[in-house]
This record gives sequence, C-alpha cells and structure tokens, in this order.
Amino acid sequence: MVQTFDPKSDYKVVGTRPIRHDGLEKVTGRAVYGADVKVPGLIWGEVLRSPHAHARIKSIDTSEAEKAPGVFAVVTNADFPAPRSGEIDTGEDVVNFERDTKNLLAKDKVLYKGHAVAAVAASDRNTALEATKLIKVEYEQLTPVRNVDEAMAADAPILLEDLVGDHLGEDVKDTNVARHFRHEFGDLERGFAESDLVVEETFTLQMVHQGYIEPHNATAIWDESGHVTAWSSTQGMFAVRDQTAGMLRIPESQVTVHPVEIGGGFGGKTKVYLAPVAAMLSKKSNGRPVKMVMDRNSVFEASGPAPGGKITVKMGVSNDGKIKAVHSDLRYEAGAFPGSAIGAGAICVHACYNIPNSRIDGYDVVVNKPKSAAYRAPGSPQAAFAIEQVVDEICDQKGWDKLQFRLDNASTEGTRRGDGVMFGSIGLIETLEAARDSDHWNSPLGEPAPGKLRGRGVASGYWMNGGNKSTVDLMLQDDGSVALNEGSADIGGTRASIAMQAAEVLGLPAEDVHPYIPSTDSIGFTATTGGSRTTYATGYAAWEAANDLIKQMSERAAILWGIDAADVQFDAGRFSSGSDPELSIGFKDLARRIGDTGGPLSATSSVNLAAAGAAYAVNICDLEIDPETGKTDVVRYTAVQDVGTAIHPSYAEGQIQGGAVQGLGWALNEEYFISDDGSMANHTFLDYRMPTSLDMPMIETIMVEVPNPLHPFGVRGVGEVPLAPPLPAAANAVKDAIGKRIVDHPVKPGRIIEALSD
Amino acid sequence: MDVPAKVHVRTTINGQPQEFLVPPYMSLLDTIREIAGLTGTKEGCLDGNCGACTVNVDGRIVDSCLVLGAEVDGKNVTTVEGLATRDGLHPLQQAFLEEAALQCGICTPGFLVAAKGLLDNEPKPDEGRIRHWLAGNLCRCTGYDKIVRAVQKAAAAT
Repeated sequence: MVQTFDPKSDYKVVGTRPIRHDGLEKVTGRAVYGADVKVPGLIWGEVLRSPHAHARIKSIDTSEAEKAPGVFAVVTNADFPAPRSGEIDTGEDVVNFERDTKNLLAKDKVLYKGHAVAAVAASDRNTALEATKLIKVEYEQLTPVRNVDEAMAADAPILLEDLVGDHLGEDVKDTNVARHFRHEFGDLERGFAESDLVVEETFTLQMVHQGYIEPHNATAIWDESGHVTAWSSTQGMFAVRDQTAGMLRIPESQVTVHPVEIGGGFGGKTKVYLAPVAAMLSKKSNGRPVKMVMDRNSVFEASGPAPGGKITVKMGVSNDGKIKAVHSDLRYEAGAFPGSAIGAGAICVHACYNIPNSRIDGYDVVVNKPKSAAYRAPGSPQAAFAIEQVVDEICDQKGWDKLQFRLDNASTEGTRRGDGVMFGSIGLIETLEAARDSDHWNSPLGEPAPGKLRGRGVASGYWMNGGNKSTVDLMLQDDGSVALNEGSADIGGTRASIAMQAAEVLGLPAEDVHPYIPSTDSIGFTATTGGSRTTYATGYAAWEAANDLIKQMSERAAILWGIDAADVQFDAGRFSSGSDPELSIGFKDLARRIGDTGGPLSATSSVNLAAAGAAYAVNICDLEIDPETGKTDVVRYTAVQDVGTAIHPSYAEGQIQGGAVQGLGWALNEEYFISDDGSMANHTFLDYRMPTSLDMPMIETIMVEVPNPLHPFGVRGVGEVPLAPPLPAAANAVKDAIGKRIVDHPVKPGRIIEALSD
Repeated sequence: MDVPAKVHVRTTINGQPQEFLVPPYMSLLDTIREIAGLTGTKEGCLDGNCGACTVNVDGRIVDSCLVLGAEVDGKNVTTVEGLATRDGLHPLQQAFLEEAALQCGICTPGFLVAAKGLLDNEPKPDEGRIRHWLAGNLCRCTGYDKIVRAVQKAAAAT
C-alpha cells in the first residue's frame, strides 16, 4: 500500500532559502572533486583510443610501451576476466557487463572513434600519455554506420555480430536494431478517419553532449588483500561500486567507493568509464594508486552523449479542436551498444495529451558513435522536439490558440499515458494555465530591430520522475544539532534539500542539520542521483528518519518526566506532556539530557519508492532572428513548471533556468557534427559551442505547486523536465518568426538561411 | 639546443612568495594544482574554452591551461584560494552563496576570479557588461541567471 499525504503549507524550513551547507567549500576552492584527490604514491593512467569509427582489431602490441621509462603497467580488455552475463539495474540505467566491459576497453572491434583500446600507468600524466603512443594496434577498417537510416538499410554493415534483436517479440539476427517495441491502444485507423486535419512530419536529430564542465575521472587502488578503493566523479557511488565489482568479478564488498564532489553530470555520470581501468592498472602496478582524468576530446568522443535519431509524428484532430489519433515512430541512436533512452522517449512522447487512439513505435538502433547515456529527462527532449512542433503546426493551420489547444487536450488524473499507465495527480493543466496567465504570454512580442524578425514559441514537456532506494541516517548531537548521513551524490544542492526536510520535522533551523555523504561502506544502499529522484526519495528517507528520531526523543522525555510516552507531544521544537502543561522541554535541552535517559540516539531510514509524482513544464520563448546571417537571439524566456513543493526555491529555480539554457543550446546550436569517416568533427568547446552568459537573457521562472500526494511535503522531482520544452519552444519560435518550419535539428543559422531562401 | 628538464620559477601566489622547479612544458594550471598544491583551480578542457582554470596574473584574467608555469616567474598570481581574507569572504563569494549562484560548483572558482577581475576595474558594471565579461567562463548548471545576479549584488555591496 502506497502511503499518501495531504498538502500543507505552514512550513518553517521547507520553502525558505538558506545558504547551502556545502557552499563555503565550493566558493573557497576547498571542495574536493575527483581530480583533486591526493593519495600518497599516486601515479597516472592514460588511455589509447581508436582513431577509427569502425574497425576490427587485428593485433595489439604493448611491448614497447611496457619497456618505456616510468611506465608501470599497460592493460587491455584481455586483462579483464570474462564478464558475467545478465544485467543489473543501477537506478538510472541498466548495466550489461558483457557489453559495458567492451565499451570500457575494446575487444575484437572498435565501434566509434575514441573507443578505448588500451591504458597505461606511469609515473606522471605526461609519461603515461607519451607511452600510449608506443602501443601498436593493427586495424582492419570497416564502413562506419553513422545514423539510423544507414543502420537500418538492407545492406548495412553489422556492428555487433552477436546481437539478437527483439523486433516486436521476434528474435532477429544480423541487425543493428536491438529492439523494436510498440505501445498501442484504441483504433488508430478509425481515429485518423474521424479526423478533419491530419499532419505528419518527420524530424531528424543529432547527438548532443551533456557538457558537464568537469571531465570524467577516477582514482583507484587495488591492494594486496584484493580490496579496491576508488574515488570517482559520479552521480552514484554505489553504481561505481557495483559496476567496478562486476567488471573485475569481485564481490561488491571488496570495493569501497569514496564520494567526491561532482562537477556536473546531467545523466552522463551514471556510467563507468575509468574506475575499473584504474583499478586494473593499480593491480598491475603492485597496488600503487592510479589516477585518471579524461581530456575534453575524449569526453566528447567516448562518453555518453544523448541519442540523435529520427522521429515521425502523425496527428489527427477534429474541427472542434480535439486530438483524435496520434502515431509516433521514434528511432533513437543507442551508440555503439544497445540501450538508448528510447524506452523513456516512448513513455514521454504522448504524455502531455489525452489521446483516444494511440500508437508508439520505438526502435533502439546501434550506430558507430559513442554509447549514449542519460541526459536530463532522457529521450523526452527529442520526442518533444517532434510532437510539440506537430501540435504547433496544427494550431497554425487551424488558427487555434496554442495554449488553449493544449489545455483542451491536456492529460489529467486518469488519462492513459502512451504506454498505458494511468496518471495519478498531475499538474499539467495548472502549469498550462500559469503559462496562459503569465506576464510573458500576455505581453506583446515587441518590435524587432530594423531588418530583424521576431517570433514566439510555446511548448510543453513531461518527465515521469523516479523513486527507488535511498538511505538516511540521523545522529543526535549533544548540542542539539543533528548529523545527517545520506548516500546520494549531491549534483546541485541536494545536501540542502534533504537536510531541510529533516530540519522541518525536527523543528530545527536548516543550519542545525549537518548533511554528510560517507563512503559506500558507511551508509545503506542508495541509488544513483538520476531520474529526478533525490530530493523526492532521499528526502522521504530523511523525513522518515526524522520522525523516528522524534519518536525516540519523546520516549526519553517520558522517561525524564516519569510519564507514558504516548502522552508526549512534539510541536514547534518543543516536547510537552498532553496532560500536564508544566512538563515541557525544548529540542536542544532534551538533547543535552539524552545521556541521563539511556544514551545516544540515532535513527535510520531506508526506503524503496516504487512510484514518483510526474512533472510537467511549459516554456515560452521569444527569439529575434537576423535573416542575413540566420543568427538567433533569445530575447525573452519564461519557464513554467509544476515542482510539487519547492523545498529550496532558489535551487529549484536554478534547475529550471539551467535546463532552459541547456535546452536552448541543444535546440539552436549544439550537435555532434559527424564527418564522412564517422568521426566527430567538433570535439572541443570551441567547435561544440555551448551557450555562454552573453548568449542568454535572464530566465524567468514560474513555479506551480501541485503537491505530490506520494511525498510528505509534496515534492516532485524538478531536475529533468526543464530540458524537454526548450527544443520545441525555440523551434516553434523560429517558425513564428520566419514562417518556415525547420524539422532538422539543430535549428542553426545555416538552416534558417536555407529555409528563408526557399 | 638542450632543453632543461626543469625551469626555476620565483613567483607570488595569493600573496605568498613561492619558488619551485617546473618542467618546461607544464601549464600554469598543472603548476598551481600539482606543484603549489592548490586544487581550487579546475581543469575543464585544456584548450582555453571553458574558463574553469581562470586565474589572475598581474591583474590580468588568464586561462591557466594556456600559460606555462615557467611564464609566471616574477609575477603575481591570484587563485580562488586567494579571494577570502582574515576578515571573511570576498563580497563575490558571499553573493554567490546568498544568490544560489552555484550548483555543481566546478566552474565557480573560475567565475569568481573572473568576476573579481571585472569589479577590480569596473566597480559598477551593468548586466550587459557582466555577461560580456563572463562569456569566457562556461557554466552548464545555472543558465547564468543567478551568477549574473550575484555579480550585480556584489557590485552593489562594494
């Protein structure tokens, strides 16, 4: 039975904006990130990467590198034990050890430019880098498969000879399509036949990168007792532990992962690229600690981007403004190994609309590009780029108000999502209404500069959010403060949002709860920070543990007063007797008496939340376009989002603003530009140009609070849905400005000029 | 010509005189991190495009990954560790905390050093000037909104 909660609003800590607990370390440079880890006797590891997008490895000769001065060890895939079969769920994604070990270090074939082939440990970083150049690899080049069309062509080169595709339940060999699945309900053909207007459009998308500023890194020691100790920038230290143990084939208890600060992840730091390699190098270097830091080129070329692909959406509507039928066909690039975000994309694509007749086809397609990884609301932004432009096109053709159409067809409690799941309490209508009533929507577009064009776009987006496993420990201190241990990586302020939830229950100021993230040996299992689950699920555990602590303290008050524990009440930071008004003691005073009443108190909570509360966002985007250069300037942007309850409103806003800007970069500029030979041509920040402060205006936010009944404070995850609406909002604004729809991502200056000259 | 294995450097980092030997190829970034032991300055790209390694050399903002350690001989280097004083945080540090101008925090040292370079020379910049000045520093988390507001707040406070 899932517990549900009634909304409240008279909070003392929740909804306030204290300074985050880890802030001081981060503004003074004292915070220790993965690359800052220092261990006595440290040596460095570097990776040799494939120069080809698709090739067979005929031989690897490491002898020269091994002999080079300063070199301690060289490893290849052959050093790793045969991987175990089967898959494990790390919270954010599924690990398949057979494939992930081949992604870690190539075996038999290289499947993308940048694919790791060998690694060297040496006395310093430069010596290690130079030694990688002494490794001789003989390749037999193969034709690269660069996109879903090439991958699905009849005579396509096959990337993975052992892949057996699941095509609507049938086993298929010699294919690059790992999976084709379908969600369907209603009568699609009848729905289209009953429609007065049917619009069908095909969209293409290129891969994009999460673009975290901190490159991947890992430091590891594999000591003589067989124990691995690791430090790595990750969204989930337990995921690093389990993946490292799995690839090295040692028990999880033989791996200890220490948390380090993480310099951005956005979903991309859920995979393991270096820690098992560093551990293997350490073992072969007689237990020396080995540090590895990826260079930026490799981050682009070899660490998970978000899938590109091809999406076709066909939507039918009746003249009274109702959606009758939708068929979406989504083909996502998984990269070199199966496992794109197609499953989530298919869940999200129809989720903003009540659709009586629905079919969704999803294809997971392998191509000669890096293995894709999660990127905020994985799969949803691509799907939104397609369906939200089709909705916009229908409204344009019919002359309908774009927010009213979305309101008239909005998903609400009881609506069936495209994959059949019934929605619980969701806030899409409230979010659309807030957008409709916003200052931005009710303000004129404004006059463009002479010669320029202006347009406004609006779009919605959806993310289901995550629950999963979390652990929180609370320890009452003698001074009446509370130490809080939690297992979630803090990507952007969750120490504060979790501590604040405990503080709310404990009647303490946020500053009196001290959050700390210990190692994997020192806290119960906690799933990866991903799926917008941390403030929700780890916060839930904090709430539960705090209630337990209050219960234990009430019992101590009862001992102190010689009364029945059931008679003790706790309110506004004070314990008191329900029957004797004379008996009352403050939280801090009772904490000082804990020694007299039985000794130290601690409380723990481990939760495994099956359900979460879904999140919706609606964005409004005003663009100004220079028709001569095709350059777009974002002149005004408003992001509206149902956050459930904002625990720390500043950091909830920050998630929304950051997502808007990432999404605008994705929409207008960012892409993996793939050369004929299958390599990424723009693997630096100079050529893969992410938005700078100069490119963006202030991002206006409107937080709608439709409390999530599944959480004691009504929290909904806020971190991911912000990335879904910006792509179509910007594309729709371009259409509004220039009168032409651009269906190929990114909506970049060249395409705008092309569209204008047609 | 013989290249020496190490170059002798005398410099000042955050007000403290320092003297060390650096390999001639070693960047100022690695010199600060690996030799001086100050890891507040971050590596993001090693090609001068992200600004995470921003430090101040004799009053100029530089990407320390593009400068050699040997080049700061006789110069004055300030890193993020040099912003706070005995009296407390620099107003920019305080404003970043109050305005929630950091999320993951990896770009924060670079932004703080860059923003200080602006306020040292132009105490009252407008929003456009702040955005222009900080365009060499990438932040992927915040969307820049709260960073710009924090710099505005620090400028107003000083």
